[in-house]
Amino acid sequence: MKARVTVTLKNGVLDPQGKAIEGALKSLGIDGIGSVRQGKVFDVELAGTDKAAAEAALKTACEKLLANTVIENFRVDIAG
Amino acid sequence: MKAAVIVFPGSNREGDVIRALRDAGHAPVKVWHADHELPSGTDLVVLPGGFSYGDYLRCGAIAGRAAIMDAVRAHAGRGGLVLGICNGFQILVESGLLPGILMRNAQLRFVCKMQHLKVERTDTAFTRAYAPGQVIEVAIAHGEGNYEADEETIRRLEGEGRVAFRYCDAEGRVGGDANPNGSTNAIAGIYSERFNVLGMMPHPENLIEDLVGGTDGRGLFESLRAA
Repeated sequence: MKARVTVTLKNGVLDPQGKAIEGALKSLGIDGIGSVRQGKVFDVELAGTDKAAAEAALKTACEKLLANTVIENFRVDIAG
Repeated sequence: MKAAVIVFPGSNREGDVIRALRDAGHAPVKVWHADHELPSGTDLVVLPGGFSYGDYLRCGAIAGRAAIMDAVRAHAGRGGLVLGICNGFQILVESGLLPGILMRNAQLRFVCKMQHLKVERTDTAFTRAYAPGQVIEVAIAHGEGNYEADEETIRRLEGEGRVAFRYCDAEGRVGGDANPNGSTNAIAGIYSERFNVLGMMPHPENLIEDLVGGTDGRGLFESLRAA
């Protein structure tokens, strides 16, 4: 089983990297860019086949390590 | 006092802080991050600067979950002293021992320079050797030192007098260009609720010799001697 964990900055948290990327995209003349926020993606291989257990384990993983919930939100998507 | 300096993979200022501690009459020992216990009789835990785990994931995130951190949390819970410098400050916020977070510097550059700081209060174990309102000059060297927290946390820190140091200019003026990284309210260091845990981005351990630029960092280690 494969899963994808997406960690993004909460609204209102300043994101200087996202701002710099946004500026670079605009300076490349790419039309229609409103704003950019940078986040992280983790692709995780899971050993078991129990989807609910995997989801619970990844939620714990996010809360304990993958995300800093002071500033970040996370989403867990399990494939298949 | 007996000091335990925790060494993580990627720590690199442990030698400097051990020297500063010894110089001020303390007895520091190194403790490996995978250990589960602090040496008995430890008065002070120091989390030194560096780049633990290469700053992977988030600065201080992986070190903040190291085995030894449970013992550090218990030590702090008993009122024991904890000092986190630079990466050590990042580890303290990631481990939940201090509130808030250290974000990428506002100008997106690593800053490495001398910096003036205002000592906000001199009635704590870490600052009693300084004079009230004293401006000190120490080194800063970090890419993620931009202190941020939600409004309520900032209000609490300010209301409870928990800001330890603020970035300022040579005359002690706070704000504008004197803030090197965009930190909220120019915060350079904060205390825990009971003032026994101090996290700070600047490096007092590097300013203990005239030969290398000044001795303004000594006060912190001398304060601990009196504690």
